[in-house]
Amino acid sequence: MIWNPRYECIDRKELEEIQLERLKHLVKRLYERLPFYKKKLDEVGVKPYQIKSLDDLRLLPFTTKDELRQGYPYGLFTAPLEDIIEFHISSGTTGKPVVDGYTRKDIDIWSEVMARALASAGCTSKDVVQNAYGYGLFTGGLGVHYGAQRIGAKTIPASGGQTRRQIMIMKDFGSTILTCTPSYALHIAETAEEMGENPVELPVKVGVLGAECWSENMRQEIEKRLGIMALDIYGLTEIIGPGVAQECEYKEGLHIYEDHFLPEIIDPDTLEPLPEGEEGELVITTLTREGTPLLRYRTRDITSINYSPCRYGRTIARISKIKGRTDDMLIIRGVNVFPSQIENILMKVEETEPHYQLVLERKKGLDDLTVEVETTPEIFFDEIKRLEEIEKRIAKEIEENLGLRVNVKLVEPKAIGRSAGKAKRLIDRRELK
Amino acid sequence: MLVKQISVFLENKIGRLAEITELLGQNKINIRALAIADTTEFGILRLIVDNPEKAQEVLEDRGFAAKQTDVIVVKVADKPGGLAGILKELKKSDLNVEYLYAFVKQSGENALVVFRIENTSEAIKVLQGMGVEIISPEEIYSL
Repeated sequence: MIWNPRYECIDRKELEEIQLERLKHLVKRLYERLPFYKKKLDEVGVKPYQIKSLDDLRLLPFTTKDELRQGYPYGLFTAPLEDIIEFHISSGTTGKPVVDGYTRKDIDIWSEVMARALASAGCTSKDVVQNAYGYGLFTGGLGVHYGAQRIGAKTIPASGGQTRRQIMIMKDFGSTILTCTPSYALHIAETAEEMGENPVELPVKVGVLGAECWSENMRQEIEKRLGIMALDIYGLTEIIGPGVAQECEYKEGLHIYEDHFLPEIIDPDTLEPLPEGEEGELVITTLTREGTPLLRYRTRDITSINYSPCRYGRTIARISKIKGRTDDMLIIRGVNVFPSQIENILMKVEETEPHYQLVLERKKGLDDLTVEVETTPEIFFDEIKRLEEIEKRIAKEIEENLGLRVNVKLVEPKAIGRSAGKAKRLIDRRELK
Repeated sequence: MLVKQISVFLENKIGRLAEITELLGQNKINIRALAIADTTEFGILRLIVDNPEKAQEVLEDRGFAAKQTDVIVVKVADKPGGLAGILKELKKSDLNVEYLYAFVKQSGENALVVFRIENTSEAIKVLQGMGVEIISPEEIYSL
């Protein structure tokens, strides 16, 4: 169903008028209130009154994740702190974390777009939503929660993990909608099979799956094994969290809520806007956020955009399923990880430049990361116990800093292949991505 | 009194031991004794050789992580209870044996036992005190 036909099926001309009004207001507000953006706008020589059409968007400067980190903790807060009612904070060891501050209106917007997303997946107040995204600093859990509450669905805040219990709850409470990462959905199928259950007979009908980059092959696998319709949801903490865009049952792209999030596709090298249909980096301007609004935020996600109305009747633009990243960020079980973050931790433990490799596999449906570390004289001891301690220490540091459990494996020196002196840092052995 | 043992880091992969023994053979290094400690993923190969300096050099050149460790080699009567007496004394003196391994010389009445003990000087005192014969490095390397 369509949660908000007024905005989801809006006439494009009217939408563009609303977008332009909101953009003008946003630029003015950022220029007047936030030294960070005043400086950036002055640097490119743009004054708020110069924004006269949506095409003028390209005059505005981009915002990058590094800039958000540099602004930690309050550097990018546009609303006064007394108006902020919630924070979400990303993990980070390279530099500082990224903070999203929400005013009451921001939470209202988040609830609204998440309600639209869940409704696109067929959710009504009669549904039981088992929300297996992690609750906490990660935006997945609470974002979905707000949307389900807005609809009035019966929300089970299951959070991640304890899979056997999840399956028991699913059966006993008749959960009809499952929200989690795609790899966790596969893990649920595996675990149900181990428990002697037929996963197809579980009551779940629809999965709203995201926070990871996943392929059509993986969708088919999930749909077959769980007997559900698997739909893709897109979002990122910097913008608001989940609920930026969502597929409907036709699975012909993710509807992006353009009245709040103004999308552009750019060439990541030239930074020039690309025409409709061409693949490039998604850039988003938050039109309505109060707490931490952003101008032309470079998501690093690769997709294309399609402005034609969908068969279901929505007129808002659709982005294609995310194809990959323009940087080397990995998304593992919903956790964002840069190889450089792991490198920093290894450097701290080894006190020398580490030779390492990340091996990504899928075990029982879940992404599984092994950090292989070459044994240098600094960390080689003639005692099994001490070698095992080093492995444990590295794993513990990574878990504490990145919130991700990994396997650590010491390997022989030079075991990691080098081409032109540079080691290949990532080996991806997942069959379904 | 202390013998230099070569410790080598090994992944549990087929053919690694063969590669090391072949490498040492080509360099005319003779292995006197060896032991392997392992986990499911990796192991430590411990070698007593006739030329530890050279062994470490050729292993490192080939890209292995190798280091020298001080161990004590003692002569133990090759009869039931021979080793037990020594271990009992070490325990009495609160000396912790990190690991040990034994090898029997050809046609001898004694076994040679390699001890790795953290506090080596104290251990030597205790062993000498009980009249245990400690083998000198020269003797080991020229066996």
